[in-house]
Amino acid sequence: MKTVQKIAVPMIAIGLFVAFWEFIVWFNGWPNYVMASPSDLPAAYSKFWNLFLSGSWQTLWRTVAGLGLAVFFGTLLGMIMGFSRVARDGLYPLLVGFNAIPKATLVPVLALLFIGEHNFNTVLMAFLISFFPIAVSVGIGLSTLEPEYRDILASLGASRFTIFRKIALPKTLPEFFGALKVSVTLAFIGTNLVEIISPHGKGLGALFLSGQTNSNYPLMFAVLIALAVLGILLYYCVVALERIFAGWAERPHQ
Amino acid sequence: MENLIEIKGVTHAYKTPNGLLPVLDDLNVTVPEGEFAAVVGPSGCGKSTLTRLVAGLMKPDEGEVWLHGELVKSPRKTVGMAFQNPVLLEWRTILDNVILPLEIVAPSMPRADRIARAEELLELVGLAGFEDKRPSELSGGMRQRASLCRSIVHKPDVLIMDEPFGALDAFTREDLWQTMHKLRAQEPFTAVLITHDLRESVYLGDQVIVLSGRPATTQYVLDVHYPMEDGERKLDGLYSPECAEMLATLRDQIKIAQGRVPAAAGAA
Repeated sequence: MKTVQKIAVPMIAIGLFVAFWEFIVWFNGWPNYVMASPSDLPAAYSKFWNLFLSGSWQTLWRTVAGLGLAVFFGTLLGMIMGFSRVARDGLYPLLVGFNAIPKATLVPVLALLFIGEHNFNTVLMAFLISFFPIAVSVGIGLSTLEPEYRDILASLGASRFTIFRKIALPKTLPEFFGALKVSVTLAFIGTNLVEIISPHGKGLGALFLSGQTNSNYPLMFAVLIALAVLGILLYYCVVALERIFAGWAERPHQ
Repeated sequence: MENLIEIKGVTHAYKTPNGLLPVLDDLNVTVPEGEFAAVVGPSGCGKSTLTRLVAGLMKPDEGEVWLHGELVKSPRKTVGMAFQNPVLLEWRTILDNVILPLEIVAPSMPRADRIARAEELLELVGLAGFEDKRPSELSGGMRQRASLCRSIVHKPDVLIMDEPFGALDAFTREDLWQTMHKLRAQEPFTAVLITHDLRESVYLGDQVIVLSGRPATTQYVLDVHYPMEDGERKLDGLYSPECAEMLATLRDQIKIAQGRVPAAAGAA
């Protein structure tokens, strides 16, 4: 019953959304060069299925790679900020400032820095856009650790590393996964930004761009939906990891 | 009996943005081996600082803390700590929470021995059958019981408790007092209990140390002569004339410590 409900409820919600979309296009009498309706999409998918497959793969692996970098360096930065007040005071304004920069402006910068390295640039952008929430949440998680948690091991002469490994690290996992859920979608935005803006791009972003140049509006919408599906897929991968590593944070239902 | 804990002339001040804040001033405390010392005093008088000093988590500006004839310079493996907040690790089961200190103190101890030791204590405090539960599934009183087990699982010489029963309701607190006596009968630790509850200090303590207001110094030491019944301390004893007298004395001392009554008037 519960699993049926867990799958059925979101499915119905998606179904309602698609129906509403179809209705609003039909009601306004929009031709598909103004706004495509869901019924236009299957044709686009069946016609370009091989492009969708290869594009999705390009987009997916570069997003995951960027996200992996973000997890590694974001956690590292978070640790530095969590343990050292000086580092926190010094790094915060820099990070906030960097995060406030529209990342689209960095695409030409990266393109000039690493000419022709399309994959590298794309992964780098996914990383740059998604490490911030991870760094901040790990930093806050570590710096707000109640002193008693430290003291139970520190009073036995445990090293700082032992305290980190046994207490601080597992205790920040729920915050870490909360941030990772935000970062997953951000990383997709980063990947697509480069794919759309840079010439001769690859992936779903490039497919979107070619849809635009050819005025194939159903194709453009089909790409957006494919991106949404990939985003949902990766998001639930993170949820699954969270269940495994931080499932204890979920309170049993009453 | 040997004095297990000796605090000699300890003076300490915290650095704050508004200058030095003296918290302890020439504090002297001696606790013989196996005894239970309860420390009471006005709020914010430096009682928690005292626990951190004994645990070796900080060093006093002046004076010395000796444990077992050794000068305390840094944390030792022979100390156990319990706080008002049970600070159990939510991602571990109750059993694994209790085992935690053994992972630091006795890394080579086989897991089966660790489990046996933890189960023995959990049984003693009435938590048998809850080994595999998570802390979030337990009530506040049960969590505090588990926390007490964790603080003595590695057989420490000294058990330092900072208001461990402070957040519990009155009846649960009395249950835990009795559990504390059970643990003492079984385990050979010397205890320092910080508390705000005078009845608790008399029921559990062999001596009650009253600290003065900040900066705290040893203002008064009461030797507890609890009326025994069948060789043990019963809760009903708290309502005996002997206890009433001890509690009245402590009350007066606290008033002096709070500065509500001049010292001379209180002594009269």
